[in-house]
Amino acid sequence: MTKEQIKDTLLEIIAQIIPDEDLGNLKGDIPIREQVELDSMDFLDIIMELRKRYGIEVPEDDYMQLATLDGSVAYLAPRMREH
Amino acid sequence: MVSEKPEERRIVISGVGLAAPNGNNLPEFRSSLLAGRSGIQKLNVRYMGEVLAGICHFDPLKYQRKKELRRGTRAGSIAIYCAQEAIADAKLDLAGLDRSRIGVYLGITEHGTVETESEIYQIKQFDYDVKYWSHHHNPRVVANNPAGEVTLNLGITGPHYTIGAACAGGNIGLIHSLQMLLLSEVDLALGGGISESTGSFGIFAGFKSEGALASHPDPEKACRPFDKDRNGVVVAEGGCIFVLERLSDALKRGANIYGEVVGYAINSDATDFIFPSAERQVECMKLALSKASISPEDIDIINTHGTGTIEGDVAECRAIREVFGEYPNAYMNNTKSLIGHAMGAAGALELAGNLPSFEDHLVHPTINLDHLDPECSLNNLVINEPIRIDKVDYIFNNSFGMLGINSVVILKRFEE
Repeated sequence: MTKEQIKDTLLEIIAQIIPDEDLGNLKGDIPIREQVELDSMDFLDIIMELRKRYGIEVPEDDYMQLATLDGSVAYLAPRMREH
Repeated sequence: MVSEKPEERRIVISGVGLAAPNGNNLPEFRSSLLAGRSGIQKLNVRYMGEVLAGICHFDPLKYQRKKELRRGTRAGSIAIYCAQEAIADAKLDLAGLDRSRIGVYLGITEHGTVETESEIYQIKQFDYDVKYWSHHHNPRVVANNPAGEVTLNLGITGPHYTIGAACAGGNIGLIHSLQMLLLSEVDLALGGGISESTGSFGIFAGFKSEGALASHPDPEKACRPFDKDRNGVVVAEGGCIFVLERLSDALKRGANIYGEVVGYAINSDATDFIFPSAERQVECMKLALSKASISPEDIDIINTHGTGTIEGDVAECRAIREVFGEYPNAYMNNTKSLIGHAMGAAGALELAGNLPSFEDHLVHPTINLDHLDPECSLNNLVINEPIRIDKVDYIFNNSFGMLGINSVVILKRFEE
């Protein structure tokens, strides 16, 4: 997957998890949770979806790296290259 | 007879919110019951294939955001819908109330099976690796979930819990509400029953294994209490929540009063896991009459519990004949014939469906009663068409459940 495809995939997953939120103006460099209502259980939904869809394991110590959209793409890019 | 009890010791129903397979509020539900309109349809259930079921068609997004709906359970969603509708019906402004003095008490037959079955189905795709088990599992399956979701949605900070009482749950949610009001634990109670049973293959499969799951080429004819051709239970989902308050409070705010809860009883068979005891049912009915300080001849409408199983129908009819046989005043009906068995919601829904009789004097019919089982012969069984009667002062509601739990609620037409 390209970085652009990873970003689109992430946005699609997040849209499913918080369907009431408008993600159109989500800024890549600001923590997602500062821009939309996304709590810790929602965040775990993202982790679970990555696991189910792509077999990706995100260790708890790495959760902070997924705080922003840009950070998530950078973290996932090497792990999703083959997908 | 005018009550001698002080207004603070009299508990009334001042709001009704419900979700039934044939109506999304009391006027719709009542209209369907009077018209003999069934809410039973075909449903595809995991592992079972096509079964017959009562499915509700309310709009859950009326009171929930999409995220709340995704996060919660079907039982929670039904409960929120019913609670919100009940509060609106009671014309209560929650913003002006002390929400720490509101209690939410909901009867359930079961809870958690729907989520557990779904999760096992999900992890089966991953060779049962439990790292794919949902982090939402525990908050969804805790037994207080439906009542807890109501408090989250409405910002109620008083007590909330569910009461596991099998298919007597709906009556017992109401009875418990009354008790908490009389104890002054709360000033307002949201009490009734909820069921998400149609989401669980296990409930259908369980009844089938017992030889007690109804089938019929025409879904609307499948639920046939008291009929010789009955062949079991039609599982339904649904909910009904009443607003209950002390009469003194209801009068103070000029509430519309549907009826007064004047009698109730709960007892146990202590005989069998599934088969009922007519003797204990008789005791329960007599206890409720005694608590209401009335006699059998005072009752105008008896809503039967009859589910469409031979053992259950026959035992209840025997019990009713023993208590009411010499007093041919009461008219009898059955609501499950129209909506199926809404499990924990059944008692509350069935009571609600009869409430308008205090005003319109109509008794809704029992449908699908083409060949009466002689063992289920009752006085004034209202069959297939509604009838109008001269007076409705007292409504008597039976609700029984597995493990031998019996309940009766008696409502009185309100008069000051």
